[in-house]
Amino acid sequence: MTATEMTSETSSGIQMPKPDQAILARREEIVSALKAIVPGEGVVDNETEMRPFETDGFLAYRFMPLAVVLPETTEQIAQVLKYLAQEGVPVIPRGAGTSLSGGAIPQEDAVIVGLSRMIKILDTNYENRTLTVQAGATNLSISDAVASDGFFYAPDPSSQLACSIGGNIGMNSGGAHCLKYGVTTNNLLGVKMVLIDGTVVEIGGEHLDAPGLDLLGIICGSEGQLGIVTEATVRLIAKPAGARPVMFGFDTSEDAGACVADIIGTGIVPVAIEFMDKPAIDICEAFAKAGYPMDVNALLIVEVEGSDEEMDDMLARIVTIAKRHKVKVVKESQSATEAALIWKGRKSAFGATGRIADYICMDGTVPLGQLPHVLNETARIVESYGLRVANVFHAGDGNMHPLILYNINDPIEAQKAEDCGMDLLKLCVDAGGCLTGEHGVGIEKRDLMLYQYTQEDLDQQMAVRAAFDPEWILNPSKVFPFEARGNERPATGNA
Amino acid sequence: MSVLQQEMRDNMSSVKTFKPKSEADLASMILGGDNFEIIGGGTRAIGKLDAPPRNLLDMTGVSGIIDYEPAEMVMIAKAGTPIADIEKALKKGGQRMVFEPLDYRPLLGTKGKPTIGGAIATNASGPRRFVAGACRDSFLGARFVNGKGDIIKAGGRVMKNVTGLDLIKLLAGSWGTIAPMSEVTFKVVPQVETEATLVLYGISDLDAAKAMASAMATPCEVTGAAHLPQNIAEQFKELDGKSATLLRLEGFEKSVNLRIEKLQAILSDYSEQHVLNDKQTKTVWTSLRDVTPFSDGTQDPVWKISVAPMAGHQLVAEFGPADAYYDWQGGLVWLRLDGDHHVHKVRAAVKKVGGGHATLVRASDEHRRSVSVFQPENPAVAEISKRIRKQFDPLGKFYTGRMG
Repeated sequence: MTATEMTSETSSGIQMPKPDQAILARREEIVSALKAIVPGEGVVDNETEMRPFETDGFLAYRFMPLAVVLPETTEQIAQVLKYLAQEGVPVIPRGAGTSLSGGAIPQEDAVIVGLSRMIKILDTNYENRTLTVQAGATNLSISDAVASDGFFYAPDPSSQLACSIGGNIGMNSGGAHCLKYGVTTNNLLGVKMVLIDGTVVEIGGEHLDAPGLDLLGIICGSEGQLGIVTEATVRLIAKPAGARPVMFGFDTSEDAGACVADIIGTGIVPVAIEFMDKPAIDICEAFAKAGYPMDVNALLIVEVEGSDEEMDDMLARIVTIAKRHKVKVVKESQSATEAALIWKGRKSAFGATGRIADYICMDGTVPLGQLPHVLNETARIVESYGLRVANVFHAGDGNMHPLILYNINDPIEAQKAEDCGMDLLKLCVDAGGCLTGEHGVGIEKRDLMLYQYTQEDLDQQMAVRAAFDPEWILNPSKVFPFEARGNERPATGNA
Repeated sequence: MSVLQQEMRDNMSSVKTFKPKSEADLASMILGGDNFEIIGGGTRAIGKLDAPPRNLLDMTGVSGIIDYEPAEMVMIAKAGTPIADIEKALKKGGQRMVFEPLDYRPLLGTKGKPTIGGAIATNASGPRRFVAGACRDSFLGARFVNGKGDIIKAGGRVMKNVTGLDLIKLLAGSWGTIAPMSEVTFKVVPQVETEATLVLYGISDLDAAKAMASAMATPCEVTGAAHLPQNIAEQFKELDGKSATLLRLEGFEKSVNLRIEKLQAILSDYSEQHVLNDKQTKTVWTSLRDVTPFSDGTQDPVWKISVAPMAGHQLVAEFGPADAYYDWQGGLVWLRLDGDHHVHKVRAAVKKVGGGHATLVRASDEHRRSVSVFQPENPAVAEISKRIRKQFDPLGKFYTGRMG
């Protein structure tokens, strides 16, 4: 089956290149070469075992890769990349495969290089507040390893139990607490990375800033297109004395949105401000029993940190502001258990939604002042498609996450959901924002890139990409729309 | 450089200064010209000097704040806007730049007005860098003109944005060697109610490193951690003449007081403690930011060295009794040396203590002609950087020798 046939079978929206028949014909030879580099169980080549690698967190598309290789060392990855580059075989780097934008979805003529066997913590230094880890380790394993000593790693994507630090670097992942602590790029100090020709480079370290051009900055968020990160050195932060999430319920989303802008504008930067609308509240409460107020139409979870006195002081200020915006319910967590439940509800929002319907999650970001307008328009657009939406997102930094609910088995509805999602992203760009705040472009938003950027803007990005990977071997079908690539760029797909 | 290019340069009767008034001007000047050295206010005269004369591309004519909405915590300004204008507008909005752009004028004896484009192009970050990020971490978006004359937009105006390659990171810290920016967008944060500094007197460089690490392991949210050996501390009338380890706290007054008390208790092993008030704190930290302890009117070499926090004092120990002080929890070393013969020693010391980088921020012109001012990159990294530069400026119109 060709990729084009497959795309038309699953959904007609996103095109993938037709697989290179010459590569498919050489599959056995390629697999045995990979087995020579990564012995034992490091190469997966039977269809049943490759099934989990067909897709990632963006479930609407799936393709069987040529093979999957799971190296244990940087040196093996170097040899694998060198070999595949020589052979012109596309490479799909994969962390834990939790991407919501299809960043780790393979293509049939590509080899997946997965990091799942590289999960060791290599060094922890509390005095320097750094930790060095293999890139396949999960995000949460870092915080877990240092928690008893009073530290944590700040970026906390909702998938942190599963997602890998390598994937986080690829996507420059954020999370609920990045309002205060920043996203991956702000917490990453160094990487060991394998370039497409097999060269291993070390960039950064335990010190700050770059001696020359900031390569760490361009690598972070490059969606596996510049190289494969095999080790990372990250910043550890001392855990706050205490943290308290407080729920503020409002009658309207506008009031909640205006309250967010006012809190920030007044000079208070809480560690997190999360927003949920009525459908999201219902879904999350049914799942987590967190005690969310049910008689409101919009809920803010505002988390403050510090000692008890500091939190009391901060909360008093926030309550005063919320009252100006007609807050209906203010509910403080009374215990650590309650606080954990409040976050459990929020962090399981996607999973809980998945229990009642299929959904696609959008990820546009808008300037804070545009929140009420964008929420209203979102409701209008989704309704015009005859679909339902639940909004649960990081309000403090304007990072929207409308979950569009649909039935994946109904091809017409699936197409509607995809089209609706694209309209919502355009809405974010029109409001002065961007297509993706933390999930990445992947294949999902690839074809909208020309909506946000000009051809010249993308040419400049693609030129920098080519400085690392001139033949477009690494994750070639992602990020840059085929129509923007021109004839001179390989792997544009003959789709 | 090709023989032809060299001849063209040799034949140039004189170099010119180009001063665009707008982004469109800038693009047409780049299209029609060559051999540009990009400058802002000209206050950061750092970098290798080499001989061929160059046209100056003076960006100070592209100036003015374009948009500032305090509630969105974002400012958009033309790249040549003076920092002073930006600080004035921010003050009015009750906000500030969290990265504390350092001002090199006192150290280098330069005149002129530092610009926001210059601050970003040099990734000029102050004492808060080790907890709140560098200048590049506040930098959200830019418009720039590449060497082909194309006007390019990168990043945006929102805090979270992973749409495509993060090109702006390459602009920050590129010292004007890959492209001139016409417009920059950066994050701003609320002004704090008050700030205070806990001072520990009379402890050694090693103990100071340990004390700072201990402070950073607490939830007290220290936003400045510096250590001044006695010969540096003596210069501050706010301090009592002994070596001084400084821990800065910021925020609402009540919270700052609580945290100072907590920190005092945690660091009670260090018995000589003192607290600087808001005004003293501002004075001292601005001075440390701008390297005024070494602003002596000379051209004696001053190095800015970034290593791991616990490696800073080891590095300084390599130089025996030295003129040095520490910021960023010990990881930033400002080192003043006498004479021009220390370059190899500095680079070797950085390597010996675990790696990092050293920049010769002040030196005589003669010295700057003969050595690499920036830390040489390892060959693989240098090769990538070279290729990236070519992708911004394929015809080599922008002067890169500064970072050579």
